[in-house]
Amino acid sequence: MAYSPHTDADRERMLSAVGVTSIDDLFADIPASVRATRFEVPPPLTEQEVRAELMRLAGRNALPRISFLGAGAYRHLVPSVVGEVIGRSEFSTSYTPYQPEVSQGTLQSIYEFQSLICELTGMEVASASHYDGATATAEAALMACRLTHRDRIAVSSAVNPQVRRVVETYCSGPGIEVVIVPADLRPGGSGLTGPDAAAQVLDAGFACLVAQQPNFFGGIEPMRELADAAHAVGAQLVAVVEPTSLALLEAPGDYGADIVAAEGQPLGIPLSYGGPYVGLMAARMESVRQMPGRLVGATSDARGRKGYVLTLQAREQHIRREKAASNICTNQALCALAATTYLTAVGPAGLREVADLSMIQARHLAAAIEAAGLGKRRFSAPYFAEVAVQLPDAARRHALLAQQGIVAGLLLEFEYPELGDTVLLAATELTRDEEIDAFVAALGATP
Amino acid sequence: MPPMYPDDLRYSREHEWVRVDGSQATIGITSFAADELGDIVFVELPDVGSRVTQFATFGVVESVKAVSDLYAPISGLVSEVNEALRQSPELLNSDPFTAGWIARVTISDAGELDALLDSAAYAELTAG
Repeated sequence: MAYSPHTDADRERMLSAVGVTSIDDLFADIPASVRATRFEVPPPLTEQEVRAELMRLAGRNALPRISFLGAGAYRHLVPSVVGEVIGRSEFSTSYTPYQPEVSQGTLQSIYEFQSLICELTGMEVASASHYDGATATAEAALMACRLTHRDRIAVSSAVNPQVRRVVETYCSGPGIEVVIVPADLRPGGSGLTGPDAAAQVLDAGFACLVAQQPNFFGGIEPMRELADAAHAVGAQLVAVVEPTSLALLEAPGDYGADIVAAEGQPLGIPLSYGGPYVGLMAARMESVRQMPGRLVGATSDARGRKGYVLTLQAREQHIRREKAASNICTNQALCALAATTYLTAVGPAGLREVADLSMIQARHLAAAIEAAGLGKRRFSAPYFAEVAVQLPDAARRHALLAQQGIVAGLLLEFEYPELGDTVLLAATELTRDEEIDAFVAALGATP
Repeated sequence: MPPMYPDDLRYSREHEWVRVDGSQATIGITSFAADELGDIVFVELPDVGSRVTQFATFGVVESVKAVSDLYAPISGLVSEVNEALRQSPELLNSDPFTAGWIARVTISDAGELDALLDSAAYAELTAG
């Protein structure tokens, strides 16, 4: 397609049509103090020079030798088939389909994704994916407000703090009040969200209770009781889940979750400094018209052949304008395809194995630290693949270990001042016994 | 010949009708609105017990072509909604003035009826 730049005459005509004399007049609303006066763009480079510069920048990435950092993003094996499938030219766009029905293959892949997420969560309908787990959670909270016509939400303090901040940002615009339900973080406490604590906060003004399973500390929350506490006041339960764990834990649809949101990164998407990731969202069919995001449906054409369509688009921005279920009417198609490929490749048994091994290695890790007398578990509740461990003088030792290329998990005191000298350690199926041994040895040698 | 509309109803310029029976008013959309929308696939009904305000939105109607807000032709407290529409929204197309009623409200100000059109004025509006 030829590129036809505007001529000066074109610009003159457009400027006079809108009643201004120069392009700069169009920016008059932006205060002069924040306007860029000049742009310092470096001179052009050759391909080799660009490559060298990018390699130099990439060399500044600090890749740890051993890492137990999780806290919402997890290092899992990504089978090669994932890269092979998402690298195919028919699929290699990260963007949502426009003129969608001509892209039957793309729509089918999204339909498969939705079906897999429904199966994993035990819910009736899943959307075509969101940007990430945090925005999916925020959208779930807004959805609960629309469904209940209420404007307060309760969020457990054991929900990932970064997710909570995104929820707060989303709620600040429409004026939705966010109330924190304190989890039991006392020394020797469970580390869980108590149904009684939730019931104390909740009343008939609340749209939902947002709880995370496993919670930010890896603990297994009493989701059924939390659902009951929410439902007792007519509020919804928004369950924020980790998808791998669903191979072992009860499905949200079975414990009474009304909306499920999740970070889909563990499903075949590599860690890459924060993204791109993919948000998962699922709900009950009765709530589908308040669900945000794209939805692919299966149907048959006039000749009875199976086909896929974007369905229920009347919820979306291009039709519903300011009353749309969300101002984000797109999806993370390529990452969703990665998740679809991953789930299809590993299958139910493979996913269960991943979850089993992650759990086993987390127990091995905690036991090795305790056996060496170096620290002890901070909370008493059963946990999945992440565990909070108390370490004397944690911040200083964390920094010293980092110098040796070992990331001793996440220091919790930055997000939870009451959890000083506590690190959150994650394990996955890729955590090797030798790494645990090396970590414990290095920790012991770093008093 | 312009279309005929029931004489016992009052009409809004937003194509809703209202049938008054004592303190109760039944609300729906006109055959003109239903025809313009095309096949209606979903109606979002107001909650019983909620308050609606004349000419303000109180629900949503979705057709295969478009989504439109429903504007209350009169203010009041919603006393009943047409539950049949949840399963059979097409009643709005097939029988907009009777079986396709949307909600009943307890009228808060009967004077508001003066701001509505009679069937002849509404027929003129839609003919134009």
